Amino acid sequence: MVLQTPPLQTVESMIPIAEHDLSRKDYASDIDTRWCPGCGDYSILAQMQRGLADLNVAPEKMVFVSGIGCSSRFPYYMNTYGMHSIHGRAPTIASGIKLAREDLMVFVITGDGDALSIGGNHLLHVLRRNVDVKIFLFNNRIYGLTKGQYSPTSELGKVTKSSPVGTTERPLNPLAVALASEATFVARSYDTDPQHLQATIHRAAKHHGAAFVEILQNCNIFNDRAFADYTDRDVRDERLLYLEHGEPMLFGEEKNKGLAVSATGLRVVEADGPDAGLILTHDATRPSPDVHQLLARCSYPEMPVPMGVIRQVTAPTYGDYLDGQIEVQKFRNRADVASLLRGRSTWQVE
Amino acid sequence: MTTTSTQADGSASAPAGIQERDRVTVRFAGDSGDGMQLAGNRFADATAVFGNDFSTLPDFPAEIRAPAGSLAGVSSFQISFSKHLIYTPGDEPDTLVAMNPAALSSHLSALAKGGLLVVNEDAFTSGNLKKANYPSNPLTDGSLEGYRIIKAPITTAAIAAVDDLGLTTQNAERTKNFFALGLVYWLYDRNLEPTLEWIEERFGRLPNIAEANRRALYAGHAYGETTELADAHVRVPPAVLKPGEYRTITGNQALVLGLITAAHLSDLELFYGSYPITPASDVLVELAALREYGVRTFQAEDEISAIGTAIGAAYGGGLGVTGTSGPGIALKSEALNLAVMTELPLIVLDVQRSGPSTGMPTKTEQTDLLQVMFGRNGESPLCVLAAKSPGDCFYMVLEAVRLAHKFATPVVLLSDTYLANTAEPWPVPDINQLDLIEVPYRRNELADAEDFQPYARDPETLARMFVPPGQPGMQHRIGGLEKSDISGDVAYTPENHQRMTDLRGEKIQRIANFIPELEVDGPESGDLLVLSWGSTYGAVFTAVNEARDAGYELAHAHLQYLNPFPRNLGDVVSSYQKVLIPEANTGQLRMLVRAQFLVDAQGYNEVTGQPLSARLLTERIVQYANE
Repeated sequence: MVLQTPPLQTVESMIPIAEHDLSRKDYASDIDTRWCPGCGDYSILAQMQRGLADLNVAPEKMVFVSGIGCSSRFPYYMNTYGMHSIHGRAPTIASGIKLAREDLMVFVITGDGDALSIGGNHLLHVLRRNVDVKIFLFNNRIYGLTKGQYSPTSELGKVTKSSPVGTTERPLNPLAVALASEATFVARSYDTDPQHLQATIHRAAKHHGAAFVEILQNCNIFNDRAFADYTDRDVRDERLLYLEHGEPMLFGEEKNKGLAVSATGLRVVEADGPDAGLILTHDATRPSPDVHQLLARCSYPEMPVPMGVIRQVTAPTYGDYLDGQIEVQKFRNRADVASLLRGRSTWQVE
Repeated sequence: MTTTSTQADGSASAPAGIQERDRVTVRFAGDSGDGMQLAGNRFADATAVFGNDFSTLPDFPAEIRAPAGSLAGVSSFQISFSKHLIYTPGDEPDTLVAMNPAALSSHLSALAKGGLLVVNEDAFTSGNLKKANYPSNPLTDGSLEGYRIIKAPITTAAIAAVDDLGLTTQNAERTKNFFALGLVYWLYDRNLEPTLEWIEERFGRLPNIAEANRRALYAGHAYGETTELADAHVRVPPAVLKPGEYRTITGNQALVLGLITAAHLSDLELFYGSYPITPASDVLVELAALREYGVRTFQAEDEISAIGTAIGAAYGGGLGVTGTSGPGIALKSEALNLAVMTELPLIVLDVQRSGPSTGMPTKTEQTDLLQVMFGRNGESPLCVLAAKSPGDCFYMVLEAVRLAHKFATPVVLLSDTYLANTAEPWPVPDINQLDLIEVPYRRNELADAEDFQPYARDPETLARMFVPPGQPGMQHRIGGLEKSDISGDVAYTPENHQRMTDLRGEKIQRIANFIPELEVDGPESGDLLVLSWGSTYGAVFTAVNEARDAGYELAHAHLQYLNPFPRNLGDVVSSYQKVLIPEANTGQLRMLVRAQFLVDAQGYNEVTGQPLSARLLTERIVQYANE
């Protein structure tokens, strides 16, 4: 084995802190937001700005990189450095920035079409490499900017402008894709729960390594109420499972239900029933993503929909390995450009 | 590192019994597994130490191991060496070493009548003859009449030489390339020493294999000495090269050294994002072994990610570079356009290969010129350079990095399979004599943050005010949407789009004020100008001089800057009655020159996957001069 495992510097990412105390408005650029009124993106933007203000991150040390789509307009509204790049490729540009500039905090803002359709390949690889970038995927299950075609997360049979009699393809599950890529941080939140979203942003920002956050986001123009069945205020307690590391997987208004392992996956049991002892305690740090995959596959209406940090494990990042190799090779070999130019052998012409 | 002096006196007369010749071209041909590339490279090293000028041409199949003995599996290596300066690996070999019937069948047509043929007679079995589609044995059926033939039992003699070393039959047989090499060393009076040193260095840890290779080499040499081969014993005296320290270099090696040197001269960290593709992969492989120079190589998941990461590194203030070949350029087009719109200093190496589509991955061509000029949506001007020789790849990388930063623009540097693999003697540059590369963003970072405007421009170069992330108070957003002049905000107004289109075009044109004028070799005006670009330099230079020797007066100019053209190109091309543009494509530079300068330039075009033939080009020049 040639690879030296670099020592883990920290479980938490090094966050560049601003010199002065900053507030939400210090993270807002002076450009007017141009999303449709009522779009879920407004809430996400507000929580991002609040979340970063809480952490007091230095704005000049942050870069937001996006692809193409409604969500990808996001960097314009942040008073940080940013690049609104090309469709699907934000993870590649973000990787290059982070590997060239370890001191910067790099965020990727993407959507379901951008990340899972045209940019699917890059998403797999940025996660498997564990490049220290924070990826926020706004999932609205529709192509909004091109006015209403189905996306790779649209449900089978969904009627959209490009599927007038229903789609003929099955959707991707973003969390399952991230877990299959061995992502070290996988979480889900949604646009209409500001506290939960802010907390999730905090955790992702602090993670040392690639962080993947799916945010369920309502497109009130082309796919209104896509997640309302379980995120509406009056039903969310019954239909969502808020995960906390080290806490039992309980849900329901009275926390009267829980998740237990069944022969074929997970099942719902009564918290005061005979199987109460089988209710699982959430372990986000479990090295194997097996239970995390089972959680990712829980979907309404059969099961509660999980929210929160599903997985967070510590592992060296791509940059840790690369820096480690450079350090070791500098120690082993002298870098001397003049001698490199001369190569293995030279001859003298008199 | 070893340094050797060339044999001191180039004018010394040859030992008795040796004929003296000005120039010789030898081609080694055999099965992919026969070690022909290795033998050729050893011969090149020995030739370098001897002091000849030389040029090599490796030619191998895309298949790693085609079936043994098959026509598809033939690999060859040509080297031309001379007492004069030479610029091509030679059109036709004087000597062909054929290790099996397939090699003979594939390469015999290239050998001049009366040429010397060295064949491994052991390999001419009925099975191998059949694989090469020979109905009868050419060694005995008289079909090789007119060639001088050395039939040597190369396999059996090599096995006999290593008989008592206890090697497996397979390993014993594998020494046959060293036997053949030893024989050719004797034929051309080469010193065995550099190869013996190389064997020690390479196989020192496998003493049995090292000894076997040494013995096979000596045995081949002795075979030449003891067999009646006197009329084939030839010596090419050393060339008179400019004094100095030399090394052997290929184009791909020069790209690697150029990137490391550019990083050093600019004090930037090198980031190389690339996806393996023939013939550019060597650059990734060699850079990956240079971590001690702080090189960050990134083997991407695809070509798009390779350029995406390089753009990210450039935006972050590093030396962002991606390298590929034609099919990879096609995949990178959209991202390259992002670098045009965001006006970032990005270096793209394009080691061109035969197309279209997958084409012939290991064969050469100059067919990406129009792709890199125009293969993007919208009006998308960028800077295009082309190297003219293996060693020139080094200097053109420095130039690409200099211009990319000075003008905040992507720069494409064109090389090709021929330059990538061909080797030549190269005067080692003195790192202290090379100009430092200025990085304008370091000055931009010091500007007053209050007044900072990311798309304000340098009045002279029109380079935008590029500042990488990290500077307090200069936060801004860039991207692929049209930018407002000066502020860089998103803008859709008709006037602004026209202005930005003009600015992007004008910026690239202004590069012409910061590059050398085109030099003309020959009369400043007159009847005929031969205008070339890229890797054809050697062949065109050779052909032009042959035509001159035949009594024709003509001028030659060679372009290393393709976009923008040198500012005097218009004057140059209008100073002659006729302009001939030879290219390894169907006329891509010709199309540009005709369109831009309205001159009736004619072409000489070969699209064979091989470098241009200097002999055929000479014929075309003479014919056109007579028209």
